Amino acid sequence: MILNQEMKQHIIDSLKKGVRFDGRKNDDFREVNVEYDVAPSAEGSARVTIGDTIVLAGVKLGLEKPYPDTPDSGMLMVNAEFMPMASPEFESGPPSIASIELARVVDRGIRESGAIDVKKLCIEAGEKAWSVGIDVITINDGGNLMDAAALAALAALKATKFPKVKKDGSIDYKEKTKDSLPLVKEPISVTAHLIGDQILVDPSVEEEQSSDARITAAALDDKTICALQKGGERALSEEEIDQMLTLSLKKAAELRKRL
Amino acid sequence: MSFKKRPDGRDFDDLRPMEAKAGVIKSADGSAMFKIGKTVAFATVRGPRELFPRFLKNPKKGILRIYYQMMPFSGVGDRIRPGPNRRAKEISMVTEKSLSEVMLLEEFPNSVIDVFIDIPQADAGTRCAGISAAAIALADAGIPMKELVAAVAVGRVDDKLVVDLDYAEEAYEDGPVADVPIAVTSRSNKISLLQMDGEVDKDQMMELLKKAKIACAKINEVQKKALKDKYEVQK
Amino acid sequence: MTESKLLIKDKQIVVPGEELAQGMDYLPSTGSYRDANSIVSQLLGLVRIDGKVIKIVPLTGQYMPKRNDVVVAQVSDVTYSAWSLKTFSPYQAMLSMKEATSEYIEKGADLTKFYGIGDYVVVKITNVTSQKLIDVTMKGPGLRKLRKGRIIKVNSNKVPRIIGKQGSMVGIVKQHTLTQITVGQNGIVWIYGEDPKMENLAETAIRKIEAESHTDGLTGKIEEWLQTEVKK
Repeated sequence: MILNQEMKQHIIDSLKKGVRFDGRKNDDFREVNVEYDVAPSAEGSARVTIGDTIVLAGVKLGLEKPYPDTPDSGMLMVNAEFMPMASPEFESGPPSIASIELARVVDRGIRESGAIDVKKLCIEAGEKAWSVGIDVITINDGGNLMDAAALAALAALKATKFPKVKKDGSIDYKEKTKDSLPLVKEPISVTAHLIGDQILVDPSVEEEQSSDARITAAALDDKTICALQKGGERALSEEEIDQMLTLSLKKAAELRKRL
Repeated sequence: MSFKKRPDGRDFDDLRPMEAKAGVIKSADGSAMFKIGKTVAFATVRGPRELFPRFLKNPKKGILRIYYQMMPFSGVGDRIRPGPNRRAKEISMVTEKSLSEVMLLEEFPNSVIDVFIDIPQADAGTRCAGISAAAIALADAGIPMKELVAAVAVGRVDDKLVVDLDYAEEAYEDGPVADVPIAVTSRSNKISLLQMDGEVDKDQMMELLKKAKIACAKINEVQKKALKDKYEVQK
Repeated sequence: MTESKLLIKDKQIVVPGEELAQGMDYLPSTGSYRDANSIVSQLLGLVRIDGKVIKIVPLTGQYMPKRNDVVVAQVSDVTYSAWSLKTFSPYQAMLSMKEATSEYIEKGADLTKFYGIGDYVVVKITNVTSQKLIDVTMKGPGLRKLRKGRIIKVNSNKVPRIIGKQGSMVGIVKQHTLTQITVGQNGIVWIYGEDPKMENLAETAIRKIEAESHTDGLTGKIEEWLQTEVKK
């Protein structure tokens, strides 16, 4: 449901009294499930559900000429889209700015963190390297697509196996090897929202509409933060950022156990 | 040469194993998953809802719009670029035609029913799986229909007529192949989708129609069960 | 002439295209049609057999506006003389200045001062044309703008069960949770409680009624359930 200001205020008032509409505590996630190899035609795939939210991610590998400025590295491409199937609010057509942000945040969590050792994807410098294409598809929006998308992307990468390369150098996609991607870091993203004066994770669609500000933090298992994105209209104090990051890191450690 | 055995060991008239579920997407007005072999289709119904732009409105009845799309990682081989291409647009159009005759949309003048068909996994027969999924999703959305529609690709591999071709059969290289996607209405038993790639003679074609009808009757049982299961659980 | 016979039982779930009866003795009604010698379902729903008449009660589907229905709608546009309302059906409704309030509105006044875009209002449908142009009024008891509270959407086919006979079901929920609740025929429900925990309980109760609407003796069951939940 699309909320007006008064309805949003009601959510804020309720949170102030320590009550979320679905009865969860501020630091509670809904049930999280990760399922691997849901699309066997991909080299790696995973489905993540968080409550009613469903996201699918698939990895395709290919052999290409490296980019001229990085001749000794493989290529990495992350694409994520709000699909019209997922919500009555998502239109078909060119990606919306929200859709682009989703893709960028997932991309930053994986690419900028150096999760994949792209040098190891190079077969022949300047000539041939593996390209890794990750596509995240939203199936149903029940809130918090951001964290679900990032988790699905990582899970799909973890499940990826290289296909066999034939003698002539072409790929035999029908046969998978036992070799996994050079995944050297496993960043997990958790978004903390500030709604009124309350900080919470895993928002419902209605809580997302009421959110004043959010921070998505991608963290490694040693608690290193490897990507950040602030969203929402409200500017944040140091203290608020401190609390939001603390919560994100705590929840990221819990989500990691789901993989 | 002759085609003696199907790659997956099925009999020539056998469908691949099927699975169907209604109501898989909670935010939708109606939805379904239909799986046949390794091919999977999701169908999501939104509507009847207001139609924009206004000049598309039909004051006599609601209109049906189909958006077929393969997910980028759904095929074996290269990544598929997302977004509508010519193939996806044509499939959307023939899917719409295959369903429109059974739809009773007079109650919904000026409105639109949008159906999104998304293919997460393709091993041939995706347009047919999409139609079978869409029919379940439309019924699940509570939209009046004279009957359901099921679809299957039948065809010819070398000297044999076969039902429900998979990708390996479509790609058979030692003889002629024909791929014939057919949709059949569940009660009146009429053909609402008919396309063909390849070579057959007319007698073979008529034989294939018979085989498609028998196969679609089996698919219809799976569709019915999916719809009843969703609501029996609630009962 | 073959003998007429029923092919299904009362309250059975059927799908579109399913044959319900054969022979000319049976008559089609809502959700079913005659095809030569047969009566066939055109909906996913529950069969109801009333003598020789076979109808289908839908289990799902969009709300379709009907005259005299009270619905919860949302303002989607404000023009110089009227409000367009989203009715959570395939059609928008029109609320004219004359029907919006008993207050005098000066010509050219800023109508957003009364109801702005996004506001939820309780309205009564006064007219539905064949082209589905819908007129509504806010003049009448209980018709008003909804202030703070939560808005949820339920299956509109379950609304009669949620309201209950003369409002008995929703009355029990209100009484035990000390909340205010308005149930629109279009499946849009507004709930407000002073105590947010009670408001949560009221929503859970409504979801429970929606999910178990087919159960016999549901009013008693819900009351019993609420009594134990309130104590928690």
